[in-house]
Amino acid sequence: MSYVRDVGALARKDLLLELRARDTLPAMLLFVVATFVVFHFALPGSPSRLAASGLLWVSILFTALLGLGRAFVPEREQRVLDGLVLAPCDRSAIWLGKSVATLAFLVAAEAVALPVFALFFHPLNGATVLGVALADLGICAVGTFLGAMAVATRARELLLPLLFLPLAIPIVVGGVGASAAGSPGRYLGFLALYDLLFALVCWASFEYVVTE
Amino acid sequence: MLAPVIRAHGLGKRFGDKRVLRGVDLEVERGGFVVVTGPNGSGKTTLLRICAGLALPTEGELEVSAGRAEIGYLAHDPLVYRELSALENLDLYGRLYRIHERRERIGMLLERFGLWDARHDRVASYSRGMTQRLALCRVLLHEPSLLVLDEPYAALDAAGAELLDAQLADLRRERTVLLSTHEPARVEPLATGRLVLA
Repeated sequence: MSYVRDVGALARKDLLLELRARDTLPAMLLFVVATFVVFHFALPGSPSRLAASGLLWVSILFTALLGLGRAFVPEREQRVLDGLVLAPCDRSAIWLGKSVATLAFLVAAEAVALPVFALFFHPLNGATVLGVALADLGICAVGTFLGAMAVATRARELLLPLLFLPLAIPIVVGGVGASAAGSPGRYLGFLALYDLLFALVCWASFEYVVTE
Repeated sequence: MLAPVIRAHGLGKRFGDKRVLRGVDLEVERGGFVVVTGPNGSGKTTLLRICAGLALPTEGELEVSAGRAEIGYLAHDPLVYRELSALENLDLYGRLYRIHERRERIGMLLERFGLWDARHDRVASYSRGMTQRLALCRVLLHEPSLLVLDEPYAALDAAGAELLDAQLADLRRERTVLLSTHEPARVEPLATGRLVLA
């Protein structure tokens, strides 16, 4: 129970910080809506369902990347990560708390983005929405882990996309499959398996990321 | 005889090809007050980070008998969120350290360090000295038995420094202290040992 309380306290802190600074969620919203508008005018005619699915997943991935790039900025500015690492809680709670907060921002951005996508391109089916939900879990778990790795380096803005995008390829494969395939079940299963495997790896190895 | 709280032998640290600490021997007895001095770049901060558990040595042996919940570490940076208030920052740490009656403890510390009236203000609006006092509140919040203090007098004005003098004299009776400073004369009366890094 104390682990859950620690995660809750850390996630609540991130939501409070965003409420004060308001520099992550508005940027994500503006980015994802602007991307759809640009694609809407850039693509001639009406794109196929498969092409539109591709656009959706690329937009979600880059929007998430925007949020992930900001995830550890408050900790970096005052080296607060040291303070959190010193606390006697399980260090993986820092990763999980940050992942939960990042997930909240991503879901909030998608709550606006998905209706906009449906308006500009194709209506969304249940499998796509479920695919997005599953993909969000994997994106936030892996992205937060890599964000913590990147924040300790000088080339952090460069390093995060370089590490994250290759690891996100399975998410795009699973997501596009869930959106466009006739039987989306196995793609959704693939996304769930990805989430489970990577969340376990990140949870188990976060401690080594935050120790010098 | 009580075992030392910190015992280091031949301690060293490298970052890639750069060696920042070499061959440090250190022993801090329970209740001891050891002052670490040395010029900039001599490895004081690295040594303190290693003793606090934030960094691992690349050479030598280190034994620290205090667990994470028993260590209070004051860094160069205050380790608090600028966009949160003093109360919110201390409440977060209080939860993570599972402090019972944390509101009372936070209130008492904020009063003691003269931050009670500014408790709801964002840390971003604090002066450097106020931020340092908040950092001291954070360090003392969980009543650690081992204090690792890196340049605690930095940025404090005369009143803040006098307050810290009084606090250290008070804490000295029941805690173990490892402190780095460029002003060793200031803490000389309290010191039981001294380590000079070259």
